[in-house]
Order: sequence, then C-alpha cells, then structure tokens
Amino acid sequence: MDIQSVRAEFPILNQDVNGHPLVYLDSSATSQKPVAVIEAIDEYYRLHNSNVHRGVHTLGSRATDLYEGAREKVRNFINANSTKEIIFNRGTTTAINIVAQSYGLTHVKKGDEIVITQMEHHSNIIPWQQVAKRTGATLKFIPLQPDGTIKVEDARETITNKTKIVAITHVSNVLGTINPVKEITKIAHENEAVILIDGAQAVPHMQVDVRDINCDFYAFSGHKMLGPTGIGVLYGKEALLEEMEPVEFGGEMIDFVELYDSTWKELPAKFEGGTPIIAGAVGLGAAIDFLSDIGMDKVLEHEKKLVKYTLEQMRTIDEITIFGPEQRAGLVTFNLDGVHSHDLSTVLDTEGIAIRAGHHCAQPLMKWLDVTSTARASMYIYNNEDDIDRFVAGLKKTKEYFGDV
Amino acid sequence: MSNVNLDTLYRQVIMDHYKHPRNKGKFEDDESLTIEMNNPTCGDRIFLQFQLAGDIVEDVKFTGDGCSISLASASMMTQAVKGKTISEALAMSELFSDMMLGKDVDMDKFGLEDIEALQGVSNFPARIKCATLAWKAMERVVEE
Repeated sequence: MDIQSVRAEFPILNQDVNGHPLVYLDSSATSQKPVAVIEAIDEYYRLHNSNVHRGVHTLGSRATDLYEGAREKVRNFINANSTKEIIFNRGTTTAINIVAQSYGLTHVKKGDEIVITQMEHHSNIIPWQQVAKRTGATLKFIPLQPDGTIKVEDARETITNKTKIVAITHVSNVLGTINPVKEITKIAHENEAVILIDGAQAVPHMQVDVRDINCDFYAFSGHKMLGPTGIGVLYGKEALLEEMEPVEFGGEMIDFVELYDSTWKELPAKFEGGTPIIAGAVGLGAAIDFLSDIGMDKVLEHEKKLVKYTLEQMRTIDEITIFGPEQRAGLVTFNLDGVHSHDLSTVLDTEGIAIRAGHHCAQPLMKWLDVTSTARASMYIYNNEDDIDRFVAGLKKTKEYFGDV
Repeated sequence: MSNVNLDTLYRQVIMDHYKHPRNKGKFEDDESLTIEMNNPTCGDRIFLQFQLAGDIVEDVKFTGDGCSISLASASMMTQAVKGKTISEALAMSELFSDMMLGKDVDMDKFGLEDIEALQGVSNFPARIKCATLAWKAMERVVEE
C-alpha cells in the first residue's frame, strides 16, 4: 500500500471537530484504527465468535485458529523464535508487571540492583520500585544527557555484577529518544542480568527484531500500533518463560487440576489464565497485516520526514521550547512560553487539533526537565504536512490569543 | 479562529486572576492549616494555607502550578472565602460544583462577581477538574 493513500483507510479522520477537519496528533497515546482492523473485529464477532482451546465444535476451532494465527503474526513481526515466546495480555503495563512479579520477585534479593533510566514511563518505573521495596534491592538509574539521550558508557557504569534486571524503554514517549537497546542488552548480559525492553513506542513505528536485539523480555501494546485497546504482548525467551511461574491462576492455563494441586499448561498458555482476549488478538493480527503491507521501513521513513518538517516549522516560533534530541521518533514534546499546556491544548482543540498535554505518565522525567507539564504532538502513518501546517498555525494563534488577553 | 467559543472560557477576568493572582504566597508561621493537593491526571498542584479565628476564615494564601483556569479559580476562591465562616465557605464550594455541572446558581451567593466568569468552564468538560481543584483543596482544609 502506498503511504499517501493510507489516510483514507482511517474513517475517524474524516470528521469535523469543533467545526474544523480533525487533525489527530496524539498517536503516542493511542493510534487510530484502519477499516481493515475494525472489520476484522466485526467479522470475528459476526461469524466466528466462540471460546478457544476447548469444545469440539466448528466455531471453537475457527476462533482457536484465528487466535493462534494472530500469535504467529506477532511472532513473525518481531522475529521471535517460537510462538511459545509470545504471551498475549492486556498491554505493556500488564506485560511488565508479569515479569516484575513472576521473574523479579523470585530472582532479586537484598543487595541486588535493578537498573532503569529516568526517561521511563510510569509503567516501567513503578513495578520495579515495588520489586525493589519487597526484596530489599536497590533501584538505580542510567543518567540522561542534557539532550535527553543516554550514553552507552553511562549504562556500562551503572550496570554492575550486582544488577539482576535492566528495564529500559526502546523509544521515549516524551523525548522521542531512540535508545541503543542492543548495546545495553550486551552490557546487561555481560553482567549476567536479564533485560526487559518497553517497546510500546517502538513496535508501532519501526522494524523490531527481538532476536537481533537479543533481549530477554520485550513488551508492547496493540492499541498504539493500529490495533484495538486491551491487547498487548509480552515476548520472553523460551528458557526464561519455562522456569517462571504464572501470576494469574484459573481456567485456560491449567493442565490437570486436583483438589489440592494443579499443573500448568505448556507455554504460552500458562501465562494466559482465563478466557483470552480473542477479538483483540484478531484485531492486532489485522493491524500487523496492515503495517506489513505498507512496510515498517516505509512507516519509519515517513515519520522521520514528517518529524523533521515539524521541528523546522515549530522553530519558526521563538517562544517554543522543544525537549529531546534531534534524532527522534515521530513525536515532539514542547512548551509555549507563558501558556500552560492545558490552555494550549484547549485552544488547539477548538481548532480541531488533538494533542496531548500534561505529564505524559512520566513525572520523574518532568522533574528532570524542570517543568510541571508539557504539550506533545505525536504522529503516525496517517499524518501529513497539512496536519503539521494546521498545528503550527494553531500554535501561532495560541500565542497571539494569550498575548492579547 | 473561532474565538467566540474560546472567549467563553478565557474571559478577561480569568486572565487577570491568572496573571495577577490574589492572596498568593505562604504564611511564615507554623499554625496555619495547610494542604497540598494535585490533580493526578494533569499534574496541576496547589498549596493552600488557612488561618482561622474560631470558625471564621481570617486569612488565606496559596501557591501552585497549573493552567490559567486552575490558578484563576484558586485566586478567586481565596478572595471569596476570606472573612467567611467555614460553613459559608463549604456552601460556596457546593455552589461552585453545581455551577460546573451547568446548573443555574445564584451568583450573588458567592459575594464575588469575578467567579461568574468561570461559568464558561462547564462547557469544556475536560477542564472542569482544573477549576474545581482549589475548591476541593479548601474543603479538605476546613474539614480537617
């Protein structure tokens, strides 16, 4: 599919908001959904809906095939070895919590270290704070450079032989920084630590190859990559997942149940207690097909071009402070002097432009930036230069409006 | 730009309170009743101090980080409750909540004309929490 014709596939974009055609620049919060994804979910419920992995009727087999087919699509998309390594769950937060609880609480002890960075989303901070508190381990942070990047040498300094877990974001949801995850994985492994990568902002926008990175765990969400909400993925190396215990117990994940004890199913089912998120997985599978059809290299190239254009245009306004490095993913976090981000966001909203305002679930990073809130424009395959022009015109109007009043 | 719409939110008097907040600052003593509250969804923060004489709000000060709506509302709230009894202040807070729900309220009961300017916030559901933060903080202070 041609990137120029992609936009027409997103029906939600074809509407007026507050009297203006919608400009959606909040894809880092959640992406919009193409017709193909909406129809896949619709079709699943109209024609195939049934529970999976049980019963012997036809719909049951179809639903199972669709659900497991989606797992294979995910495996292929991130180049995992086996579908046993693909655990479906509710999203990145749940995926990180599974690792923190199942692996963290059992492998970390007093005196050990857990290493993260100060640019993490709350969902990759709090689970580790909890593991550190409960085990008596120390939480350490790889420091940030003034431009919001991390240096590999600093990672080498922070990660020691006491480090048991390294958890780091692939792409920062605030700064747009693309972290050197492959190098950091190597350093973690040299110190016999495992590494989890938060890929919520990476998988939607670039080719991710978990075997090439060689990470132990990789977490991401479906809804940020054109899929529905409520479905996410935990990738884990098979050997690690094998030795880990489930965190949720119940139906679907058991092998044999007796009165006083039970045994677990094989991977990946042992981590998927309860009726799984079948329609969500089907929708995610359709989203992966859609992205693959365009090509992740094209997606990345489009966003790189667009974010470069955005930065150029925004820099024509003197009163704007832009946070983060020059080389970045398709998002720009900024502040307009003298205008709080909520006020800015409200003014843009009256122009039909949707951006994010606030702390972006990264309060420690806000503190590091020495701001209480920021505004963020984040883009995806369906955005174009017209959107950016409207956005920048909106910024100029906001400046004038707040200058006048 | 459809300023007509925006002007119902950002009234002149709101911007005046935002840029020149009343009762801003901190008391140096240790006896003031103090509370710090934030709006976890957006990061707005208010630090509020009350000095009571019996059940009369004798003096009040605040500092905070936030948008124009939350800071203007805080400024107006401090003006409105100063010199009032605790029950009068709480009644005003209830009145303010009703106003945010878009209900018709008797503006005279605030004893502060400026507050009427915040009525427009009720048309911007995403911003109502900004306007109510200071009032919620005030309720918490006097309830303690």
